[in-house]
Amino acid sequence: MLHPTPHEYEKTESIVEIGNVTCGYDGSPVLKNINLTINRGDFVGLLGPSGSGKTTLLRTILGAVDIYEGEVSVEGNQVSGRKRRIGYVPQLETIDWNFPITVEQLVMMGRTSKRWWTPWYQANDRELGYHMMERLGISDIARRHIREISGGQQQRAFLARALISSPKLLLLDEPTSGVDIKTRDEVMHLLDDLNHQDVTVVMTTHEINAVAAHLPRVVCVNGEIVKDGAPNEIFTPEVLKRTYNAEILVTEYMGMKLVAESPHFFGQKGHCN
Amino acid sequence: MFTPLQYEFFVRGLIVATLVGGLCGLIGVYIVLRRMSYIGHGLAHAIFGGAVTSYVLSINLFIGASVWGFVSAMLINMAARKRKINADAAIGIVTTASFALGVALISRFKTFTRSFDAALFGNILGITNNDLIAIVTVSIIAIIVVFIGYKYLLFTTFESEVAGFYGVPTPWVDAVFSLLLAAVIVVSLQVLGVTMIAAAVVIPPVVAQLLTNSFNKMLILSVVIGALCGLAGLYVSFYIDVSSGASVVLISAVLFVVVLTITSLKQRILSSKMRTPSHNHLDRQIDIH
Repeated sequence: MLHPTPHEYEKTESIVEIGNVTCGYDGSPVLKNINLTINRGDFVGLLGPSGSGKTTLLRTILGAVDIYEGEVSVEGNQVSGRKRRIGYVPQLETIDWNFPITVEQLVMMGRTSKRWWTPWYQANDRELGYHMMERLGISDIARRHIREISGGQQQRAFLARALISSPKLLLLDEPTSGVDIKTRDEVMHLLDDLNHQDVTVVMTTHEINAVAAHLPRVVCVNGEIVKDGAPNEIFTPEVLKRTYNAEILVTEYMGMKLVAESPHFFGQKGHCN
Repeated sequence: MFTPLQYEFFVRGLIVATLVGGLCGLIGVYIVLRRMSYIGHGLAHAIFGGAVTSYVLSINLFIGASVWGFVSAMLINMAARKRKINADAAIGIVTTASFALGVALISRFKTFTRSFDAALFGNILGITNNDLIAIVTVSIIAIIVVFIGYKYLLFTTFESEVAGFYGVPTPWVDAVFSLLLAAVIVVSLQVLGVTMIAAAVVIPPVVAQLLTNSFNKMLILSVVIGALCGLAGLYVSFYIDVSSGASVVLISAVLFVVVLTITSLKQRILSSKMRTPSHNHLDRQIDIH
């Protein structure tokens, strides 16, 4: 269990401002009328069904979607152009694991746009890379191919790449998807540690009980923002029904609101309950 | 073995074939890893259209065909960025249309004095000193681009969109790469031919990838394999009197089959060695129960 009691932050300044934004791809809006403020030090989970626009919301912050209405700013600047101080960790499912690179080469990619005039990474860049790998416990596998390491180590390697430029904002697309329980807990503890070191974290997730319920703040998304708040405030059958378009039971365990899995009997007499 | 070296055309051809093989091997690494293997084949067809158009308009063949190839590659990139069109479909549309234009021009203006057979199948005899100068120039430019743009090309090839999030100017990287690719294909046409270029671009990096997990080693191996196949292909072409493009590709294909067989056998032996103890363990478990 990560955070039975959500930790509190002193809300000082906003790092992301999304004001009345409608956005999408190739002329088709995916998200409508989005208003969202993410403050420095926040740890936010974006929750919603597949196709609800969670990843699009992350990409909105990255400036990688078409904005039809409204404005998006990160650290007070419009999200356009090259200058960004955002660390991004993609979904591991999208990675070509046969690509011939080592953990070290992957991590160093985070320094690519620094000193753009030099073809190779400088000694201090490499030092920074090793420092980051040591901090995340992957320095001993630096020379290994990215396919030859465990799921948790892969996630750490991509995190190290994102963190090597000391970003204030870290965006992660389903960092716990497709990993076992131990790795999932490792990743979440690591993100929590980073959050305590003044890194603002925004992540998408499908896991309501195992991940979202432990976060200080959850935003339910389904083409729009359905509800934004602490898990205990927003995990109600009404909000979850609006988010997932399905009846979802909510129960309480040790002061935490969790989603109850009702028994299903798939395949019996040609229908399911 | 040294007999053909007394012919000047053969020595020139040998240098060109080795350079073209290495050059295609170098650029091919990025193409294969971007999963755009078909682009070499497609662009060669598009450039054929560009070459014919340049001839009809009396424009320098290298410049006209390179610009044509570059524009085609950029059109493919633009079309592929649209979420509704896949890269392979974009390659199919742009390059076939361009090739069709070349064919239409040839059939419309039947007064061609230059043979386009060489451009289709490759002919080492047709290589001039100008071709040699063009190939050496493009090889030097390619090495400089790959050296200076090493980290940008690596990141863009691995995760193009994410590279953009990390501040890599991916549209510029794509543009420079497309220009280089177009130039490589233009200078390779005479040796390899439109129909054979794809294999020369794809086989060396695929063989290199079978042999190593390291990007840097893959780059070096692919260049060496491409150059050796070019060299060997030319000798075979001389002795058995077949087109240079076909012999270079056939030698590359044989090498691919040999390396694939060896690496598969090696993998099978390794996995069977690893499987043996676990079977024993399973047997013991069954005995106990």
